[in-house]
Amino acid sequence: MTEQLSTAAPAPVLEARGVGKTFTGVTALQGVDFTLRAGESLALMGENGAGKSTLIKVLTGVYQPDEGELFLHGEPASFAKPVDAQHAGISTIYQEVNLVPLMTVAQNIFLGREPRNRFGLIDFRKMQEDARALLATYDIHVDVRRPLRSLALGMQQMVALARAVSIDARVVIMDEPTSSLEAREVETLFRVIGMLRSQGIAIVYVSHRMDEIFTICETVTVLRDGKVVHNGRLADLSRVELVALMLGRSVEKVKRGGVTAFGEVKEGEGEPVLTARDMSRKHQISGIGLDIRPGEVVGLGGLLGSGRSETLKAMAGVMQLDEGSLTVDGKRVRSGSVAAAIKAGVVMLPEDRKAEGIIPNLSIRDNIVLAALPRLSRAGFTSRAKQDAIVDVFMKRLRIKAASPNQVVSELSGGNQQKVMIARWLAMNPKVLLLDEPTRGIDVGAKAEVQALINELADEGLAIVLVSSELEEVVEGSARVVVLRDGSVERELRGSEVTEHHLMAALVGENHSPAEESPAEIKERL
Amino acid sequence: MSLALEPSVGPATTKQVTRERIAGNVQRYGAAIVLGLLLVVGSFAFPTFPTLSNFTNIATQSSFLLIVAVGMTFVILTGGIDLSVGSVYALGGILAAYGSTWGIAGAVLLPLLVCGVVGILQGLLIAYGGMAPFIVTLAGLLGIRGLVFALTNEGANTPLIKDAAVTALGQGGILGLRWPVVIAVVVVVIGSVLLARGRGSQTVLAVGGSESAAVLMGLPVARVKFSVYVVSGLCAGLAGALNAAYSSSGVPTVGVGLELSAIAAVVIGGTLLTGGRGNLIGTTAGVLLLTVIQNLINQVGSLTSSVQAVVSGIFLAVVVIIQTVLSRTQRL
Ligand SMILES: Nc1ncnc2c1ncn2[C@@H]1O[C@H](COP(=O)(O)OP(=O)(O)OP(=O)(O)O)[C@@H](O)[C@H]1O
Ligand SMILES: [Mg+2]
Repeated sequence: MTEQLSTAAPAPVLEARGVGKTFTGVTALQGVDFTLRAGESLALMGENGAGKSTLIKVLTGVYQPDEGELFLHGEPASFAKPVDAQHAGISTIYQEVNLVPLMTVAQNIFLGREPRNRFGLIDFRKMQEDARALLATYDIHVDVRRPLRSLALGMQQMVALARAVSIDARVVIMDEPTSSLEAREVETLFRVIGMLRSQGIAIVYVSHRMDEIFTICETVTVLRDGKVVHNGRLADLSRVELVALMLGRSVEKVKRGGVTAFGEVKEGEGEPVLTARDMSRKHQISGIGLDIRPGEVVGLGGLLGSGRSETLKAMAGVMQLDEGSLTVDGKRVRSGSVAAAIKAGVVMLPEDRKAEGIIPNLSIRDNIVLAALPRLSRAGFTSRAKQDAIVDVFMKRLRIKAASPNQVVSELSGGNQQKVMIARWLAMNPKVLLLDEPTRGIDVGAKAEVQALINELADEGLAIVLVSSELEEVVEGSARVVVLRDGSVERELRGSEVTEHHLMAALVGENHSPAEESPAEIKERL
Repeated sequence: MSLALEPSVGPATTKQVTRERIAGNVQRYGAAIVLGLLLVVGSFAFPTFPTLSNFTNIATQSSFLLIVAVGMTFVILTGGIDLSVGSVYALGGILAAYGSTWGIAGAVLLPLLVCGVVGILQGLLIAYGGMAPFIVTLAGLLGIRGLVFALTNEGANTPLIKDAAVTALGQGGILGLRWPVVIAVVVVVIGSVLLARGRGSQTVLAVGGSESAAVLMGLPVARVKFSVYVVSGLCAGLAGALNAAYSSSGVPTVGVGLELSAIAAVVIGGTLLTGGRGNLIGTTAGVLLLTVIQNLINQVGSLTSSVQAVVSGIFLAVVVIIQTVLSRTQRL
């Protein structure tokens, strides 16, 4: 198979010519030409709403193109349903939903192709064994009898991946597969991708994380506003050039931007607005204490399972504490009540926006002002003008791409849905803002906006807690970083210690000074 | 450090998994446990309750609703609802009575055929026409009841069953059990095997759990949704026919509100109303519970039927609350 890779231009497996797709009022794709060759790993890039997911759905039979044609191995093809594409050897991990949360890991992996015994009945024992064996080839060890929803998000994503690649495929398409993965899981994913490529399987990869793109992809297709603006080898582009292509700005303008858009960060002063003491919950966190002062951004570092999200959930009243206390402005807040937390001024942007917050059938406007309504109303009446003003500001700042504020959220691209959620929490004007992965799944342009906004909010005196699996985001965005490990505080990094280098060392639990080791070496060992 | 991903499952320990399992089992078998308790308490409280003839009675009374509830379980598992079963039940009874002139074959096949067609029509509209199950089957509820009245001269006729073989199907039996009870048990057993390990079972659960995921996985979503309404139509028709045989007549007003009893039994039996999880053992326990409660209230004697309704309602509310609490424990 590797010989195939080395030949000059292997035959195209999947092609699209002149594809167009319009939704009521929105042109999502226009005259798109797309070519994928055997063994190629292609990055599909573009801003939120550029049309990446739509193109993937057209290629895999979820949507029918309004115009244009598809070709499979050079022959004209059309897929009426997703299952047709699957039978043609195209396996896809979609951006939004992939699996059934109520069903077990094993059931999810074998849905639609369950092993049967000689009476034609499903053989669950074999199914579980096969599922276990399949996951083990990717070094994933999990009880396959557990319902999927009881697994961490990243693990769910790995199960989706295992399912996708276990269907005998010639093409594997992944729409933002890493948006909920932890560094170590991303590595596993990359290893799997490497295995697939060595088998001559072509890969389409969508991600907003640049380092991933440059690590695993050879070629790139860039979409902007539904049109292809660039096609070529990734090696011929620098990061800045790629970003410039995506945003449609000049390279100079992008260069001025820097890595993250965080400005200067400083530690907060005065009395803490939020004080957490000895927060514990069985099997999740134990004895966590935090002080958050007005005007500061505190990063929470830690690997998956270290209790980062749980800590946020405890502070936001989503998770009931077994022990410990939470005070805001000197007043004790009842644990386990979101309403009480919000009343005290603590709000959280949850990690799993899909499951925990977005209301898909409501408009953008309603989704944004929903939680802020009590604040905007007087005697039960809300001023429409006030609502419109708020919605307008956030749609502009966060560059939410939509036909109008009245468009229902389910029609937005994945990244734009995220932005609506962020806008909702910011519109509440809280005292303490808990952000779990605020820039996950949103494009470079909007990411910078969100980061700048976080900065601004802190300057205005808001206290912010930031969780992000992107180390540079934590390090550049926070004045100090509290590192968690196995559900308790491992150490706190302050001032000059707030570097990727120190953070990484603390993550793996190194107590000695990590000066002798380079971050790359530590990364290696992770 | 190895790349093993074990720790990323989070601090979820075996203990937690065990707790999840216990909560899941309580949800699954809760109705059966409560049923057991009621039987014990009832036996001590009323000497006339634990008699063989009373239990036979309870079994027969339950059998018709149980067959309907089996079909309803499949529908609810896909996240749908079938409001037409009460009317289809009456239609099945009328057709059985008319069909009994051709003997037992006519009394069974005619209702199954027609009620199957009703299921097919509703299934087509819902699965392939993309219409809401609530609306389609509500139209079925009204329309079929109308049809029943049209067939019986505005309900003035009550066609009687004179064929002895047909009445024997309702009133005769084996080993002290009436045929409707035996048939209901067979339906539950076949349904359980299909649901646990049959071909389409996983798709039924997947559609109820997350329809969009099922579509994207390429599962035959429309086919499965279509099938459950056909099954539900067949079950309701069969139950109606058996009931007619049992009462030797096709009564046009029978089965009013039966759809609500069936839905209640299914939900009490631990099937999520939103779909995706449930089983027929629970449904069976749910049906028996409803009948036993009614029977116990009758033992008291002085209570009116409105009080019965209140008690059943309270019971349903309690069960739903417990289910919600349990599914929350499982989620954490
Ligand atoms: N079902 C739909 N109805 C109406 N408009 C839609 C629908 N699906 C997508 N769109 C619109 O089509 C455009 C392209 O969306 P698409 O999901 O392809 O973007 P994307 O490139 O995947 O973005 P992201 O990075 O945010 O996932 C967006 O403007 C979106 O609002
Ligand atoms: Mg997308």
